[in-house]
Amino acid sequence: MTASHVAVTEVSRGTAPSPSFLELRDLRIHFPTDDGLVRAVDSVSFQLERGRTLGIVGESGSGKSVTSLGILGLHNRRNANVSGEIWLDGQELVGASPEQVRSLRGKKMAMIFQDPLSAMHPYYTVGNQIIEAYRVHNSVSKAVARRHAIDMLGRVGIPNPDKRVDDYPHQFSGGMRQRAMIAMALSCDPELLIADEPTTALDVTVQAQILDLMRDLQEDFNSALIIITHDLGVVAELADDILVMYAGRAVEYGSATAIFEQPQHPYTWGLLGSMPRIDRTRTERLVPIKGTPPSLINVPPGCAFHPRCRYTDRTNGACDTVVPELVALPGTHLTRCHLTAAQRSEAFDADVRPSLELR
Amino acid sequence: MAQVGRSAKPNDVTTYLIRRVAQAILMLVIVSMVTFSIFFVVPRLAGGSAENLAARYVGRTAGEEQIAQAAERLGFNDPLPVQYGRWVKAIVVGAEYDYGPGVEHCPAPCFGYSFLAQTPVWPDLVDRLPVTASLAVGAAIIWLLGGVSVGVISALRRGSFFDRAAMGVALSGVSLPIFFTGLLTLYLFSYTLRWTSPGASFTPFTANPAKWAYDLLLPWVTLAFLFAAAYARLTRAGMLETMGEDYVRTARAKGLPERVVVTKHGLRAALTPIVTIFGLDVGLLLGGAVLTETVYSLPGLGKYAIDAIGSNDLPRVMGVTMLAAFFVVIANLIVDLLYAVVDPRVRLN
Repeated sequence: MTASHVAVTEVSRGTAPSPSFLELRDLRIHFPTDDGLVRAVDSVSFQLERGRTLGIVGESGSGKSVTSLGILGLHNRRNANVSGEIWLDGQELVGASPEQVRSLRGKKMAMIFQDPLSAMHPYYTVGNQIIEAYRVHNSVSKAVARRHAIDMLGRVGIPNPDKRVDDYPHQFSGGMRQRAMIAMALSCDPELLIADEPTTALDVTVQAQILDLMRDLQEDFNSALIIITHDLGVVAELADDILVMYAGRAVEYGSATAIFEQPQHPYTWGLLGSMPRIDRTRTERLVPIKGTPPSLINVPPGCAFHPRCRYTDRTNGACDTVVPELVALPGTHLTRCHLTAAQRSEAFDADVRPSLELR
Repeated sequence: MAQVGRSAKPNDVTTYLIRRVAQAILMLVIVSMVTFSIFFVVPRLAGGSAENLAARYVGRTAGEEQIAQAAERLGFNDPLPVQYGRWVKAIVVGAEYDYGPGVEHCPAPCFGYSFLAQTPVWPDLVDRLPVTASLAVGAAIIWLLGGVSVGVISALRRGSFFDRAAMGVALSGVSLPIFFTGLLTLYLFSYTLRWTSPGASFTPFTANPAKWAYDLLLPWVTLAFLFAAAYARLTRAGMLETMGEDYVRTARAKGLPERVVVTKHGLRAALTPIVTIFGLDVGLLLGGAVLTETVYSLPGLGKYAIDAIGSNDLPRVMGVTMLAAFFVVIANLIVDLLYAVVDPRVRLN
């Protein structure tokens, strides 16, 4: 139908294979609905190498999860229009057949989901679910797969893995369940691992353990890792690069150091300002971003963030009429904002830095 | 059941089994009391005397004295618990029935004695059960396979032509009574096209399996159509729900082929309520598919019950009632046990 048609024309434009391990080029994922076209992901591009971690940050509905499901090819082509290019280790995925993408799913690229209680099947033991994931891509006997499952459960730090392997998900605690989920995702040694809000459903103490575990495992497996989260604390722990998304678009993209030390986009400032920090004095209030994320059907004209932005009066009306381009800054830093570099630095120094003042 | 043993302590499972079986037995006792009451207590409450009850067991020309004698002979003047005890005792050890001219022995299990036909009820039930069981089991297999497959395809192709057509047919299936579809199909397939047996005949499976299936084909399909419709709708609704669950997305993310995702992950979870209803439906049907057996003149328990009601043969009606109740209770028990196999979350509670 239209979806595959679009995909074919995009591919036939014939751009060169990406030298990166993972590269998204101009990925768009649109859902036609009765109420209008939902532009869940609009022209998102990034690269990621093996052994590196990308954090994708944004509020609910900013297109983070849709992007990751798009990489895995998990959108139903009947109700989603996917265009652009996804290059994974020299292979283009948007134009690939569903069967090709399926054979990569779980093996070359795997995903850790947000809520492990609902993301694991309640009727099968944890072991059976890992065995199943392993045996889709490896023709081994059940006994071999079971030993592998026990081994994986041990590696993610589950005590007595040879006993727990026969337990059902509901018999695990939240943190143990997430570990089991990670074991399942890692069972085929994926080279790309996508974690969608991996710690959101967990206790704070368990969150730290899971983040440590993911960092260790990434080093062991040398996989590329994408962490999707709305929690800047999580990406501060893990990410090498950060992509900030707003209303389906990338608004800022750069190294973690650059994003945390010289954030350029007012939305990123807002995210940083609303992050609780232990090193900030208690009397200061958190600074929430005013307003709510926009509807993806009626994305505000111009810069999608302008209704919530404090600096719209400084650009001579460009904010609500012209869609800003992603502008390259020194380094590999990109931002999508009409403010000039001087205006940004002035605003940052005047309004943002004081509230973020470190130590 | 191997799975049960592995996940929970064997002790817990045994306890659960014993408890459920005990509950089922208690349920049967209660059912027997209720059945007994309907036939012997309710008429009394409605103002009937022992003689009114006894009048059903004597000839039409009997005088008052004979009726009083019959009432005494049949024990209708004894206290109700004694009567109930005697009735239960007959089931366990058998009984002697004095019908006036002679005494008839009714061997255990004695579910009453038909004075009208002068035969015990139980052998009749045993004779009739294979017919009803053949009808119920055959139809059950057809409607389960048919209904569930149609429901799954409908859910996967929601809004398609197939979905709309199937759900339209399903609606008519639920709405059309069997005495309409039954007569229609008889007319069409048996009398006009001559594809199927015209009913009124039953060949035991052990005698000739091919003839057995040929004779039952039309009743099976007609009865299955009625149930398949409900199962298709139920399956469709369940599948629409489970296919949207996170664990189905996880199954896809593992790279499982879509067929496995649908059957092993989606359908498996949607099957729980279907197993429940299926058990109860089959249990209910084993007590007699009254309309189907009547339309196709099959000598099953349903037809037996209807004939007994028509001729006011209370012991026979009571016997069928007890047997039907027994099947429903057993079906409930099996469903409960199956539940623990199907859904591991049930086992711990």
